[in-house]
Amino acid sequence: MRYLLYFLPLVIFCGAGVAFWWALDSGRDPSRLPSALIDRPAPEFALPPIEGVDTPGLASGDLATGEVTLVNVFASWCVPCRAEHPILVRLNKQEGIRLVGINYQDKPEDAARFLEELTNPYSRIGADPQGRVGLDWGLTGVPETFVVDGTGRIRYRHVGPIHSSEVESLILPAVEEARK
Amino acid sequence: MIPELGHFALILALLVATAQTVVPLWGAHRGNAAWMAVAGPSAVAHLLLVTVSFAALTWAYVVSDFTVVNVVANSHSAKPMLYKITGVWGNHEGSMLLWILILAVFGGAVALFGGNLPPSLKARVIAIQGLIGIGFISFTIFTSNPFERVFPPPLDGQDLNPLLQDPGLAFHPPMLYLGYVGFSVAFAFAIAALLEGKVDAAWARWVRPWTLAAWVFLTGGIALGSWWAYYELGWGGWWFWDPVENVSFMPWLLGTALLHSAIVVEKRDALKVWTILLAILTFSLSLLGTFIVRSGLLTSVHAFASDPERGLYILMMLIFVIGGSLTLFAIRAPTLKPGGLFAPISREGGLVMNNLLLATATATILIGTLYPLILDSLGGGLVTVGPPFFNLTFVPLMLPLVFVMGFGPMMAWKRTDMAGVLGRLKVAAAVALVVGLATLYLQNGGPLLAALALGLAAWLFVAAFTDLAAKTKLFRAPLADSWSRARGLPRSQYGTALAHGGLAIAIAGMVGSTAWKVESISVMQPGETKDVAGYSFTFEGVERLQGPNYLSETASFTVRDGDGAFVAVMTPEKRLYPVANMPTTEAAIHTRWLADLYAVIGDKEERGEGWTVRIYYEPLVPFLWLGSLVMMLGGIVSLSDRRLRVGAPRQAKTRVPAGPAVQPAE
Repeated sequence: MRYLLYFLPLVIFCGAGVAFWWALDSGRDPSRLPSALIDRPAPEFALPPIEGVDTPGLASGDLATGEVTLVNVFASWCVPCRAEHPILVRLNKQEGIRLVGINYQDKPEDAARFLEELTNPYSRIGADPQGRVGLDWGLTGVPETFVVDGTGRIRYRHVGPIHSSEVESLILPAVEEARK
Repeated sequence: MIPELGHFALILALLVATAQTVVPLWGAHRGNAAWMAVAGPSAVAHLLLVTVSFAALTWAYVVSDFTVVNVVANSHSAKPMLYKITGVWGNHEGSMLLWILILAVFGGAVALFGGNLPPSLKARVIAIQGLIGIGFISFTIFTSNPFERVFPPPLDGQDLNPLLQDPGLAFHPPMLYLGYVGFSVAFAFAIAALLEGKVDAAWARWVRPWTLAAWVFLTGGIALGSWWAYYELGWGGWWFWDPVENVSFMPWLLGTALLHSAIVVEKRDALKVWTILLAILTFSLSLLGTFIVRSGLLTSVHAFASDPERGLYILMMLIFVIGGSLTLFAIRAPTLKPGGLFAPISREGGLVMNNLLLATATATILIGTLYPLILDSLGGGLVTVGPPFFNLTFVPLMLPLVFVMGFGPMMAWKRTDMAGVLGRLKVAAAVALVVGLATLYLQNGGPLLAALALGLAAWLFVAAFTDLAAKTKLFRAPLADSWSRARGLPRSQYGTALAHGGLAIAIAGMVGSTAWKVESISVMQPGETKDVAGYSFTFEGVERLQGPNYLSETASFTVRDGDGAFVAVMTPEKRLYPVANMPTTEAAIHTRWLADLYAVIGDKEERGEGWTVRIYYEPLVPFLWLGSLVMMLGGIVSLSDRRLRVGAPRQAKTRVPAGPAVQPAE
C-alpha cells in the first residue's frame, strides 16, 4: 500500500500527458471563445450611418427581418479586414446572404475611402466611432462576424477574419443552420 | 559560411552529448573509472561546441546576414545594436539555442567545479545533463533550425516584435532560462542519487548551491518580466496570472520549497524522498513551461508562434524525461532509508510547513492554469480561469506562510521551546500590530485583507532582523562583542534574513499597488489640468517625433504636487514600428519611491485636439522591485557562504558509516 504512494506522481503525470496529447492532436484552438450571446437576441442598439456614405445606418430592429443576416464588424485601420473583404463580397453577391456592417472606432473619411476602394457590399452600416456598441456585442477584436437569424437572434460568432477555407466549413453551415 | 559552421558545431554537440550520456552512465553502472572519466571532458567539449554555434548565430544577427531565415524574420538593418543582439533570443529558434547554451554552461560548470564529487555521482550527474542536452539539441536541429538559409535573400528584415525591443526584456529571457535550466542540475543530482540508491547530507550540500543559484536567477527573471509588463504593456499592472507567467512562477515556488527541504536533508538527514521528488518536479515544471509556451496549448499574451509538430516533439520529450524520472522515483525511492526523527514543533516542522504550503500553492496554480485544457479534453467546453481564482486561492495560502516565516529561522532543530521563540518576537508582533491597525485607520474602510497583509509584511521584516540581532546579542552585549559575533556569523544567516526581509518588502509593494491604486481615464485637451491622488497633471500637448526604427507621438505632462511645486515632466509615447506595422505604448513612469506616477496616452479625439489619457497613482510599487533585488541579494550572500563551497561535513561521515563514497573535501 505504501509503495503505491510512490507511484502517485507518475499516475498524475500520465493523466496530464494524455490531456496534452489530446489537446495537440485535436487541433483545438484555445483562442476560440464561444460567445455568451449565442442563441440570445442581438443587443439593443441604434447606430447612425457613416458621414459621407449614403448607406443607411443600422439598428437592432434591422436585424429581425425574417432573413438570415451576417453582421460584420470592420474598420479601415484593420489590415485583416481588407483581406477578408473579397470573401464578404462573395458571400453577399454569390451566396445571396444579406450583409450589414458595424464600422468600429473609425474616422468617417477613412471608412468612406475604404469602401470606395474595395466596393461596398453592405446594405446597412452603423457607425460606432466610440466602440460602445462593440462592447455590447462582446467584441474581442476586429474583424468579427456574427450570423443573426430571421428573428434577430445571434446564432454564430466568428472571431477574426474569415479565411476562404472557412466559408465552406464554418460560415455556410452556420447560415444554413440559422435558416432552419 | 559562418552560419553553416554554427550548424555543424550544433550537430557535433549532439554527438558529443550522446557520448557524454552513454559512456559515463555505463561506466558508473559497471564501476569502470576510465569510462566515468569521459564525463568531464565531454561536458566541456559540449559547452565549447554550443558556444561556437551560439556565437555564429549572434554574428549573423550583428552583421544582419539576411541570407539566414531567422535573421530576416526577426531583425532589421535599422535596429539598434542592442536589439540586434537580443533579437537572437527574441524568437523561438534562437531562444532554444540560448536554452541549450545555458544547459551546456551548467553541465560544464559541474564538470569544472565538481572536483570534490565522488566519481560515480559526478559521472551520473553530467550524463543526465547530457541526456537533457540530447533532447533539446535534437529538437532544435530537427524542428527549429535557426541556421536555415533563404534564397534569394530579401533586401531587409521583418524586424523584431516591437514589444520585445526593450532593455527590460532584453535580459529577461537569459535570466529566466538561467533559472529554469539551473534546476536541471538539481534534477540531475536527484536522478543520479536514485541511480546510486543513496541520499545523504553530502548530497544535499552539493545540491544546495546549484538550486540557490537557479533560484536567484529565476527570481531576477520573473521580476524583470513583471517589470517589463508593468511599464511596457501600459496597463498599470505588474502581474496578470497569464499562463506564461504562471509557468515561470511554479518552478520558483517549488524551487523555493526545494531550497528549504534540502537544508533538512543536509542538517538532519530527513525528508530525503520528498526532496528528491521536489527536485524532479521543479525541473519538470520548468520543462512544462517550455512546452506550454511553445506548443500554443494555452492562450497567452506572449506565446511563440505555435506549430503542432514542435508541440508533439516536446511532448515526447516531456513524457520521456518526466515520465521516466517519476518511474525511476517510484521504483527506487522506497529503498531510500528514512532519516532523523523530529518533533512537530521544531525547525524541521517549520520547514515541512513551508514545503506543504508552497507545494499546495504550486498545485493550485497548476490546476488553475491547466483547468481550461483539462475541462475541454473531458468535453466540458471552453472556459478561462482568471485572476479572481488565483487571488482567492493563492493569497490565503501565502498569509500563513508569511506568518510561519517570521519565527521559522529562530526555531531549534529537533525540538523547540516555542514560548522562548515567541518571547523574542514581541517587538515584531508589536510592530505588526501597529502597522496593521494604522493601515486600517488610514485607509478608512478599505480592504481588511490589505491591512492584514501589510501587518504580516511588517512582522516578517522585523522578525527577519530580530533573528540577526538575537544571534549577535545586539544591544545586550557591548557593541564590540556584537560586532565580532556579527563577523563570525555564517553568511547563510545573513542570506536568510535578507531573502525573508526582501520578500516582506515585496509583499508591501504587492499590497500597496493592489489595494490603493488610483486610476483616472479621461479625454484631456492641451493645457488642461487634472488632479490625481494629490498631484496635478497638466497636459502640454503631443509632438510627432522620429525614432531610429519607429515613429512616435510623444505627449508631455507637467506634474506638480499639492503645494504647486514642480515634480517632473512626464512624456508617455505612442510608437508605430512601420516595418512590423505594429503600434506600442510607452508608459511614462516617475517614481516617488513611496509610489509611482504612471501616465499612458491613448488615441486622439476624432474631432478636436483632445487625447485619451490614463493616469495611475501606484502606491508602494517600487518596493516590489526593491524587494526582489534584496531577495536576490540574500541568495547571492548565502551562495558565498564558505560552507557551501567546502564539501560534506565530517560528522556526516561518522554518522553514516556505511557511506564509503563520501569523500572529505579539501
